[in-house]
Amino acid sequence: MLSFIGRSIIQKIVTLFFVSVVSFLIIHIAPGKPSQVDPLNPKFTPEMVERFRTEFHLDKPLHIQYFYFYRDLFTGKTVSWKDNQSVLAKILERFLNSLPLFIVGTILTWTLSFPVGIRSALFRGGFYDRSATFFSYLLISIPGFFFAYILIIFVVSYFHVPVIGMETFGLGSLSWPRLFMDRIWHLLIPSILGATGGIAVLSRYVRSQMLEVEGQDYVRTAKAKGLPAEQVHYKHALRNALLPFVTMFGLILPGLIGGSVIIESIFSWPGMGRMAYEAILARDYPIILTVNFISAVLVLAGTFVSDLLYMVVDPRIRL
Amino acid sequence: METDKSKISIELETPTTGPVKSRGHELWRLLKENKLAFIGLIVFIIFFFTALLGLLLTSGSGPVFDPSIVRLQEKLLPPLSSPNLESLRPNEVPKSGIYLFGTDDLGRDVFARMLQGAWVSLTVGFVAVGISVLVGLFMGGIAGYFGQKFICLDGIITALLFLIGTTLFLTGEGLNGSIFLIIAHAFMFYLILIKWKFRKNRHFKWLNMLHKKTLSIDTLIMRIVDIMLCFPSFFLILTVVALLPASIYNIMIVIGLTSWMGTTRFVRAEFLSLREQDFVTAARALGVNNYRIIFRHMIPNAIAPVLVSATIGIATAILTEAGLSFLGFGVPPPNATWGNILSDGKRFIFDAPWLTFIPGFAILIVVLSFNLFGEGLRDIMNPKLRERH
Repeated sequence: MLSFIGRSIIQKIVTLFFVSVVSFLIIHIAPGKPSQVDPLNPKFTPEMVERFRTEFHLDKPLHIQYFYFYRDLFTGKTVSWKDNQSVLAKILERFLNSLPLFIVGTILTWTLSFPVGIRSALFRGGFYDRSATFFSYLLISIPGFFFAYILIIFVVSYFHVPVIGMETFGLGSLSWPRLFMDRIWHLLIPSILGATGGIAVLSRYVRSQMLEVEGQDYVRTAKAKGLPAEQVHYKHALRNALLPFVTMFGLILPGLIGGSVIIESIFSWPGMGRMAYEAILARDYPIILTVNFISAVLVLAGTFVSDLLYMVVDPRIRL
Repeated sequence: METDKSKISIELETPTTGPVKSRGHELWRLLKENKLAFIGLIVFIIFFFTALLGLLLTSGSGPVFDPSIVRLQEKLLPPLSSPNLESLRPNEVPKSGIYLFGTDDLGRDVFARMLQGAWVSLTVGFVAVGISVLVGLFMGGIAGYFGQKFICLDGIITALLFLIGTTLFLTGEGLNGSIFLIIAHAFMFYLILIKWKFRKNRHFKWLNMLHKKTLSIDTLIMRIVDIMLCFPSFFLILTVVALLPASIYNIMIVIGLTSWMGTTRFVRAEFLSLREQDFVTAARALGVNNYRIIFRHMIPNAIAPVLVSATIGIATAILTEAGLSFLGFGVPPPNATWGNILSDGKRFIFDAPWLTFIPGFAILIVVLSFNLFGEGLRDIMNPKLRERH
């Protein structure tokens, strides 16, 4: 166990190093320089560009730039090229905005997909199963931005509540229940949108896991013993079908920072995804690279956690 | 004697064992039973011909449906409205005599634009997935078949030198780059020389250090896959597409090059199990060379599941392209894609909802048909998931 932990940590650090190199190279080799973003701006004189280049070490060779960048990142001194603010502080602020979306979306995904998946496995081939299958394919296939507009039209014209942004602008002096409801309405639709794909995929997965377990001999034995159906399905089958999902808890970690670019820009939600999008538009390399680095760390940490959880939960696995 | 012979020949002519129907027949029967998959296939075929027709009718000089004619006096007309013939010049009147899908904010015929966009969606889907399948087959095949071979230290050093040289060259430091490239060439030449001349010579013990086995090809390729999986894919695509000049080919290549990891893992697993099978051992015993074994014996056996995941990959690629177009990173403006028709239409969502709904439903239906067909195919090809009768 310990040797496995040690080995995988070393392996993940090596992977992380290569990820940092590759992302740095992608950004810096691609055509287009940050100093060319706004050539028409009169404030962007050649002297300014030159000062800018020395300020951010852009005149140094690439490997030295790489060294400077990651040294700054680890000491927390990286600053955005756009407004000279600390990148980590900016990311933290946006992260706190994205967090409610992520939490509500995850709760929706995990609470809805299990009942749906289990029920369609128990009534396999029936009307419910077939319509659930069709709807999950529909939800996987629908473009997020299109679905967003359908929901916006629906909510705005039936409930007459504003949904764009994090809160309605200029609601200063209302009583707190009204303010609270306002926040809930603004939170609900983006979270539902974020959860749809997850619900569709996860409920299909729950269904196939359940079907596999229901076909096992011990479930048949339990049925033959004359146990009540409830007990067979929820005690014998479901508990064993849950195994792979324990590991998926690790895999939702990267979603923390992912933040959907499209959904956040439709709803003007000042979250991570939108910050990344704005950074790409402004060629703000420190932010792009930092977001990339943190998300790589989260992916690696997620797989590590899920491996560990699998070992704890399933005694048959000894790595 | 004579009767015996005829008996034997009759038996030979009508073998009683063996499958009555071919594999293709059986697949076709199962496909027809799976209604959703069959509908998916039909929609896919219709879409394919629509896109082909769209390319023919909207391109070239003087196309039948011109997607780029601007008629400002005819803007935002709802679907099925007929053009006002008095205010239009004869060449501006749509050939069908009616705006089937209405017009957009510049008075362009949405039907013509949708036809043009269909071709874009189709090519993006197929080319991107084609690239990812090719890369995946190549990497997965090498990892699965030659995976147990080791790469020696000298090979790694040479590759690293070449890589550094090319990178420096691309970043504009030509001098340093060429120095590295020259060193790399010299080193390679030196290695070949050593191998050729001093193979048996034991004086150069330290040279064996260079020949040390460091890591297997399998490990190398799977670590590359791990590295690629660390990037958040949509964000990576967005970054690269935003940095590169806007063109449809860049989008196809970028989507293709960021989605081959699944196929690689798949092909590798398939190859690892296939190479232990008896027919491969038999082929090897007959002296068939590696490439023939791979291309004639192993790939045909491994390709079916790859094609299934490719079908679903096409759906994902179409969605990704639509998302990029929606954010404004897609195909540059004069060309229409479904994503940017929708993106342009979102400002008029309450005045002209057809500009949002027509492309939205088009994307939905096409992607849904690909998904249903792919998943149906997966069920059909996997006998374990088949319902027993």
